[in-house]
Amino acid sequence: MKVLVAVKRVADANVRVRVKADGTGVELDNVKMSMNPFCEIALEEAVRLKEAGKATEVIAVSIGPAKAEDTLRTALAMGADRAILIQADGRVEPLAVAKLLKAVTEKEGVDLVLLGKQAIDDDSNQTGQMLAALLGRGQATFASKLDIADGVATVTREVDGGLQTIALPLPAVVTSDLRMNEPRFASLPNIMKARSKPLAKTQAADYGVDVAPRQTVLKVEEPAGRKGGAMVGSVAELVEKLKTEARVI
Amino acid sequence: MTTLLIAEHDNEVLNAQTAHALTAARALGQPVHILVAGAGCAAVADAAARLEGVERVLLADDASLAAQLAEPVSALIVGLAERYDAVVAAATTTGKNLLPRVAALLDVMQVSDIVTVVSPSTFKRPVYAGNAIETVETSDTIRVLTVRTTAFDAAGAGEAAPIDTVPAAADPGLSRHVSDEVARSERPELAAARIVVSGGRALGSKEKFDALMLPLADKLGAAIGASRAAVDAGYAPNDWQVGQTGKVVAPDLYIACGISGAIQHLAGMKDAKVIVAINSDPNAPIFALADYGLVGDIFTLVPELTEAL
Ligand SMILES: Cc1cc2nc3c(=O)[nH]c(=O)nc-3n(C[C@H](O)[C@H](O)[C@H](O)COP(=O)(O)OP(=O)(O)OC[C@H]3O[C@@H](n4cnc5c(N)ncnc54)[C@H](O)[C@@H]3O)c2cc1C
Repeated sequence: MKVLVAVKRVADANVRVRVKADGTGVELDNVKMSMNPFCEIALEEAVRLKEAGKATEVIAVSIGPAKAEDTLRTALAMGADRAILIQADGRVEPLAVAKLLKAVTEKEGVDLVLLGKQAIDDDSNQTGQMLAALLGRGQATFASKLDIADGVATVTREVDGGLQTIALPLPAVVTSDLRMNEPRFASLPNIMKARSKPLAKTQAADYGVDVAPRQTVLKVEEPAGRKGGAMVGSVAELVEKLKTEARVI
Repeated sequence: MTTLLIAEHDNEVLNAQTAHALTAARALGQPVHILVAGAGCAAVADAAARLEGVERVLLADDASLAAQLAEPVSALIVGLAERYDAVVAAATTTGKNLLPRVAALLDVMQVSDIVTVVSPSTFKRPVYAGNAIETVETSDTIRVLTVRTTAFDAAGAGEAAPIDTVPAAADPGLSRHVSDEVARSERPELAAARIVVSGGRALGSKEKFDALMLPLADKLGAAIGASRAAVDAGYAPNDWQVGQTGKVVAPDLYIACGISGAIQHLAGMKDAKVIVAINSDPNAPIFALADYGLVGDIFTLVPELTEAL
């Protein structure tokens, strides 16, 4: 079973991102960039499938600027066998990403595509579902558990009411939620080894996919602020204020 | 043209979030039809028909739609789509699972999680865990939108709209429902509750989470939320997680107990009307947002609060 994992380079989860003064976007200069945490989880799951003898090969793919090579090296250090960089600068929307991933999936003969459920920069939560649609295959989003046996993926999903388990024949697309696993840290020897693993550099145009955005960002602004910071000294004062000042109880 | 709103439901009850999403759908300025896709869900269609400003309800009642799996429901919507130029759903896990599949089948880019309808093709949406609000204009002729329901008031009741039955599409058979693990509770639903009490890592165990948070929730008639750390540690179930990657809530009152206030958590609750934080660390970031901060040990203060209410 060949597994493809899509990984995205994003501003690190611990960075408090600031809106640019001119309202054209957010400030990403000198901001620490990392692999999207949900992509890390997806990759970890793929590497575990390989370690369990269920996956024969784990391919990591990233669509983004030349710098996304760093993200792919991290993926290789975590255990991916090889990597593909699809270079595309500027804003690449989930639909275009899904089209590129479809091309790679078909070219490589992939049986299982693992992605994160959302990227923590644009918070779109679309790519996996779109990829499954374009491939004409089943989808299991927000997965907290994945079992593969006899060509069928059995997936437990985190849904609003609790958990739902579904079964999908492979090939299929699965997107990871937070509790699927705890991703490993790449060890220093593995980081060294990753440098010599194969990494193919391609361009979006090589796949014949139109990546021109359908949406125009007109403005980016700060959210409405809230003025908090008031303190109370006791439970009695809190209850009194909730009743007479805030009038919410 | 017309807007198609996808109803959120469990085959028995129309979820309250549909009425909020309807307000966003109506803001597009054209007639709205509601699609109820499920099995044995006629009562849901009746409820949807009584929402204000709904022109028509489409009822697709078929065994293949019972679990509302994305593949058969998206096939159904795509079959109907030529009559519509906007497809809208609440940004619930069902809506988020379904709508991007519909969008891709229509070769359209979805606009996720809209919080404002600026014009029929321009929307505001939060990005970066709500640290920035983007205004995006779409050039797609069919708009596919998911709605952050806390940003829109619920539509009221109206005159009953007609209900048309529509057939399900051929089941693509790409996935199969196996089982659900859904906890039934008498408490209000987290996404719709007027009061939410939320517990964090500081609770220390499931036993202590239950011992502190449940009586407080009972006293206030509140829903219970949790931080990711509390869910990861098994103190609370996954569907209680509030935040960027969990549920977004905007109750009248949110009481955060032993939660530090990481950006990812704040993303899910900072639009609450009144925020109370109880935390032993006076420098916890949650206090910067709280209307009423109380410094101290939750293990004494929370039971004291429950007692005082
Ligand atoms: C990709 C990603 C997605 C995420 N999504 C979410 C999300 O949706 N929702 C979410 O909540 N988090 C999310 N997180 C996690 C988030 O970054 C924080 O780690 C998490 O919110 C911390 O939870 P906490 O406040 O309970 O724990 P901590 O940050 O450990 O805070 C515990 C707090 O309890 C206080 N405390 C300790 N003992 C006591 C006591 N006896 N009495 C009173 N106070 C006490 C401490 O002072 C501290 O402030 C996400 C992270 C990532 C990377």
